Amino acid sequence: MHPIITTKNLTKIFRGGVKAVDNVSFEVEDGEIFGLLGPNGAGKSTLIRMLCTLTRPTSGTATVAGYDVVKDADEVRKHIGLVAEKMIMYDSLTAYENLMLFGKLHNIPKEILNKRIDDLLDLVQMSEWRDVQVGTFSTGMRQRINVIRGLLNMPEILFFDEPTLGLDPQSTMEVRELTRKLNKEQDITVILTTHYMDEADVLSDRVGIVDYGKIVALGTPAELKKKVSESNAATLELDISNATPGLVRETESLGCVDELLIKNPIVEIRTSGNDAVNMIIDTVRSNGGKIVSIKTVEPTLEDVFRQVTGHKARVVDVEKTSTRKRWRLWRESRSRVK
Amino acid sequence: MAVKQELSHTLWIAWKDLVELERSKARLILLLLMPFIMMTLISSIFPSQNALSNVAVAVVNSDTGPYGSQLLAQLENTSRENEWMVFVNASSFDEAKEMIKSGNAMGAIIIPEDFSETLTSRQQTANITVMTDDSNPQVSTAMSGFLGQVISMMSQKQAAMNVYPYAQSIKVNPIAIVVPYRAKSEGVVGRSMSYVEFMVPGIMMMVMISSVMTGLPRAIAYERDIGTLDGFLVAPISRLSLVTGKVMARVATGMLQGVVTLILAIIVFGVSVDAVILPSVLLALLLGVFSFVGLGILLTSIAEDEQTAMMIMMTLILPMMFLSGIFFPIKLMPNFMQTIAYSLPFTYAVGAVRAIMIFGVGLGAVAMDMLILIGFGSVMLLLAVPVFNRAMTR
Repeated sequence: MHPIITTKNLTKIFRGGVKAVDNVSFEVEDGEIFGLLGPNGAGKSTLIRMLCTLTRPTSGTATVAGYDVVKDADEVRKHIGLVAEKMIMYDSLTAYENLMLFGKLHNIPKEILNKRIDDLLDLVQMSEWRDVQVGTFSTGMRQRINVIRGLLNMPEILFFDEPTLGLDPQSTMEVRELTRKLNKEQDITVILTTHYMDEADVLSDRVGIVDYGKIVALGTPAELKKKVSESNAATLELDISNATPGLVRETESLGCVDELLIKNPIVEIRTSGNDAVNMIIDTVRSNGGKIVSIKTVEPTLEDVFRQVTGHKARVVDVEKTSTRKRWRLWRESRSRVK
Repeated sequence: MAVKQELSHTLWIAWKDLVELERSKARLILLLLMPFIMMTLISSIFPSQNALSNVAVAVVNSDTGPYGSQLLAQLENTSRENEWMVFVNASSFDEAKEMIKSGNAMGAIIIPEDFSETLTSRQQTANITVMTDDSNPQVSTAMSGFLGQVISMMSQKQAAMNVYPYAQSIKVNPIAIVVPYRAKSEGVVGRSMSYVEFMVPGIMMMVMISSVMTGLPRAIAYERDIGTLDGFLVAPISRLSLVTGKVMARVATGMLQGVVTLILAIIVFGVSVDAVILPSVLLALLLGVFSFVGLGILLTSIAEDEQTAMMIMMTLILPMMFLSGIFFPIKLMPNFMQTIAYSLPFTYAVGAVRAIMIFGVGLGAVAMDMLILIGFGSVMLLLAVPVFNRAMTR
């Protein structure tokens, strides 16, 4: 195992002073599926775009497949494939024409390209749609074409930027299955960004949790979750047969309860502290509640996220800040200088 | 090898844009319709030489003697033959004024009370008042020129009749006494020119350049907005071949529209173009478009999104067209406007195409214009590629 991607103090500050990626250093091992997990606007996409040579870093360095993303951008481009949430294809072109176009831009000779297009269409079971305009396809079908477009140059590294965003459950499963298949069978290193906790969990060998432009935790999903179990935080599911508003209020006000969610008939409680379980049981019972069942829920990556960031996954669109906001930020930054 | 690959990339990128256009029937139809609409508009709204026909003119005859009505009768006769004017009687100066203001007449001829008296006394020239709508300077100028001409023609006729007996006695032509000399117009083109013919080079240039300039935001900024441009940007292709591919597709589209304009002008509007000059015309059109693409790329790159890019283009193209001499001669503009006009490449592009098409001059005669176009285009393109590069990876 050796690192195929290395970043060192990688930083991106957009016009207007928004720090999308903040001093990030990490390595991706050859052959793994590396997940970048974080809420919208955390900086995942900017990070990937820098690695794909689409965005210039403000400072810091990154090498992909051994080449510097700024100095040897063209070399990097030969070794990577990009599949983004914004699908790269043209509706009025057929599946074949779309693939032909992008294959030709990778200097693949025609005969080899034709063969490869047929193989790839076969791989995603789209052969019969070869000569149909992609504008008529369903979102799932389009995404399959979009994925194999990223594979035309047989990349060593495939960047998957929110590949299942907006897909139906069926297509989502297909894309995930395909990702696994490519990784295992074709030995492609996959960098995946997602804000779906479960997607990062089931797909990735290792996960980097991104928040406010920083990687705040990094490890295998199991390692990360183990940290949560080892700490005194836990999530309980209580089935209380005769819960009253008073009882709930009382329980919620306990110091060891971080959050209480009512999911009828079950109450989900996130706790911290040593004696949380006993305290909660006592409170419920002393308020006349009858506990039918109680169980500790296995920690999820969401719990990990909550623990390392200290807050819930929030939604902030950093890159899509309006002109007015950028203008304001710029003015503020100017007045600060004065 | 590298050059061959770059060229192949360029062609594939251009191919994609053209196939997309070819498969969008609405865009294709609009593309071909635009030259047609422009030609029809320009050829019908601008007055040709004999555009003034059957103009409504108010007449006020306050003359107490016989000569006023005699003159009007003569005028009416001549007018009817040539379909110049239709007379509408008005009772007074003020009524004639009202008729012009309300648009019921384009001008008025007012014969004063003492018209016959002055004529008979032969102590001074009798006056006739011509009134025009000076709220519209163009109509006013045309009408006062026209009415003045008609009346001085009648005056000459009368003068010739007056001197007839004397001329007879010394055996000369009375007209030669009354009108000793007159100006005869002779144009440099050597044949009669219609307004359409004068406008065609400008329209062709205008159609092509607006096609290229408004097409670039769609080809670049729009694709950046929807994310498909990333597909080109992550491919191992040079930025130059991406830019040239996009430009090539736009230029091909623009040239197509230019040629459609030319064909329409020849077939529908009867403009005659010598086949020999066609290659020079096409070359001049191509250079005209070339001079703009760099600027187009530059502006599209710095614009935030497609809409902004489009607005920048519009803001730029319109004034440029008005200053280029397509509609209005540059020589008649105030000095500082002339300076601005001569610093725009569009002016040279229109000038070159016009010189070739109308005067039939060779490429040598417009070499300076061509050099200016090539120079401006090259400098802009050299500036544009790095800016494009930076803008794409911001």
